[in-house]
Amino acid sequence: MSSPESGEPAQDEPGSVAVAGEPETTEAEASEIALTSAPEVLAGSLGEYTRIWLRRVRNGESGALPVIIGLIIIGAYFQIREPAFLSAGNIANLMTQAGFIITFCMAQTFPLLLGEIDLSLGFNAGIGGAVALWMVATAHPFPTWAAIVVAIAVCTAIAAIEGLIIVWLRIPSFVVTLAGLLGLNGVLLWLFEKTGSVGLGGVIADHNGFINGLVSSNVSPTAGWIILIVAVALAAVYMIFRDQRRRRNGLAAPPLSVTILKLAFVAAVGLALVLILNHNRSSGVIPLEGVPWVVPVVIGLTIVMSILLGRTKFGRYMYAVGGNAEAARRAGVSLSRIRVLAFAMCGLIAGITGILYASFLGSISNNIAGGQYVLYSVAGAVIGGVSLFGGRGRITGAVLGGFVVAVIYNGVILLGLGAAGQYIWTAAVLLAAVTLDALARRGSTVT
Amino acid sequence: MVTNGSEDGTRPEGRVPSASAPVGPEANGDTPLLRLENIGKSFGPVQALTGINLDIPAGKVTALVGDNGAGKSTLIKCIAGIYQPTTGHLVWQGKSAHLHSPRDATNLGIATVYQDLALADNLDIVQNMLLGHEITRFGLLDEIKMELAAKQTLQDLRVTTVRSIRQPVGSLSGGQRQAVAVAKAVMQEAKLVIMDEPTAALGVTQTELVLSLIEQLASTGHAVLVVSHNLTDVFRVADRVAVVYLGRLAAVGPVAEFDTSSVVDLMTTGASARLRTGNGGGSEPAASGNVSSGSEG
Repeated sequence: MSSPESGEPAQDEPGSVAVAGEPETTEAEASEIALTSAPEVLAGSLGEYTRIWLRRVRNGESGALPVIIGLIIIGAYFQIREPAFLSAGNIANLMTQAGFIITFCMAQTFPLLLGEIDLSLGFNAGIGGAVALWMVATAHPFPTWAAIVVAIAVCTAIAAIEGLIIVWLRIPSFVVTLAGLLGLNGVLLWLFEKTGSVGLGGVIADHNGFINGLVSSNVSPTAGWIILIVAVALAAVYMIFRDQRRRRNGLAAPPLSVTILKLAFVAAVGLALVLILNHNRSSGVIPLEGVPWVVPVVIGLTIVMSILLGRTKFGRYMYAVGGNAEAARRAGVSLSRIRVLAFAMCGLIAGITGILYASFLGSISNNIAGGQYVLYSVAGAVIGGVSLFGGRGRITGAVLGGFVVAVIYNGVILLGLGAAGQYIWTAAVLLAAVTLDALARRGSTVT
Repeated sequence: MVTNGSEDGTRPEGRVPSASAPVGPEANGDTPLLRLENIGKSFGPVQALTGINLDIPAGKVTALVGDNGAGKSTLIKCIAGIYQPTTGHLVWQGKSAHLHSPRDATNLGIATVYQDLALADNLDIVQNMLLGHEITRFGLLDEIKMELAAKQTLQDLRVTTVRSIRQPVGSLSGGQRQAVAVAKAVMQEAKLVIMDEPTAALGVTQTELVLSLIEQLASTGHAVLVVSHNLTDVFRVADRVAVVYLGRLAAVGPVAEFDTSSVVDLMTTGASARLRTGNGGGSEPAASGNVSSGSEG
């Protein structure tokens, strides 16, 4: 029963003085271990993988499963109530609405992973959008790329300053960013006053082709297929090579069948999406077809942020500081640096979000619902399994959670329930997600 | 005044550092890995430590015992660089060393495993063991190299009870967590591992696991300094025993020259009439007169 890591026999030197006591791993212990480690590292075959996975799911350690099931239930409900929900037109609409909500959740994930929070990111994003649109709308417009870079830099700097205040003065992030929420709202209003005729009436219109097209223009159907095929192929090559390299080094790797199933699932979802969105959804003469650009943009951002959090030292230290700050400090990690960087990253993604938001609306107004979007960002991240206490959660989770919020947003508008229904629905899903998480954690800590 | 100048560095039948021992040649022979010379520490008017002379040789387990408030914690904090001694100094591998911060101690190769272990529960074993020392490849973490390195270290320490080194540390038992904390220290090239009450709050099986680990650590050439209240454990693993009483070293010597009652006497009164000086059971030919006992106070 007591097999050493990855099933290799312990090297037993002959004549050694002391052999460590190897208490037999009991059946209970073994199943307990199976509950807490990913099946990838334990299973040798598809059957075993499924068994370990099911055991984990039964005990609440189910990863993205509850979100996906929740998504299916919510989607099914909306589809029954309003058959237009899964039409090509509405799915395209949903994608454009989901873009900025998802990136808001991604941004919030960074402070949340440290057990901190950024309440100001909604207005920070608003400032980003305003700066970008202002720069391309003045009498002597700046190049688009410069507008985008400056807007993102401004948002990054604002969040980094908040981070510095939190670190230097040791004030809870809740308070500092609450001040940011109010202060940045003021800055946004002031900014619009300063734009003169550009922001007349509190709205800067977006006449820039690139920024406008970022969300609402579509990838051509052929390009959509090419992007999908290339993306799936790259993912397949990456996963298979990684597993091979692990096996070559005598380390456990997930069975090939599992990898293939995962890839097939991703490919199937992508295929369905491209197939539906490549349909002409226009009722007029000019065809309206293809995947909205926001989809590859958000997927690209998700991949970059996943690599940052999962495969770099910075990401590792984020989880370490969130899990046990003292352990990280003793390991030589600068807590202040990680905290400031986390807020800077939050600001950076908020800046991108601001531009996506401006692109979605075709303009930016000075009465952006900054406070509400912050709450959406926290709700989405938590629905996606990011812990409010730090150290747990993934970017993909935040993306899925943000998508749930977006589906509710979209579905409620489609059903004509208005703001009341939208708030109540989001609240109910958030509560359900947190309750599920709390119950699962209680169940798994009985030992 | 305690005098213990005649300490032997290596017993013939003692654990000999293996070929892969992390200690340099200068640490062998008569020079212990770490020698404390006349260490004293006062906090204002309070004299916490007075005139501590202690050798901590490589490849051996030295147990530091004493009652609550005797000064054990102060002493290990002086070695770990958290406190700077008021008098005396440390001699590391024959050279005088001044530790101004815990980082200095770490850089020398002194690792302290405190009772709280400082592990991140949400990270797995490999991630914890290499925290702060990650291996990268093209700027990205090289998980395979790190996993192999961690696996090798655990194998060297004969920690074989964990099924997967990719399981989060939060799921491990107390003994396994202790093992990961020690392996982390070894991973970061520690030559001296200080363990503060490693078996406190552990069950029988878990204690056994940790004690085996301590023995394995010494047999791979590391010096181990164990602070413990549990005399059963001390006699089970220690090669040498040092008893602290009211800030002074009441006695120090090979374990064979002590028994539970004499150690208890030393811990509670600072002296013992029951020391087995000179008749160390035949296994200590050079041990005669090694135990020095201070009886003042």
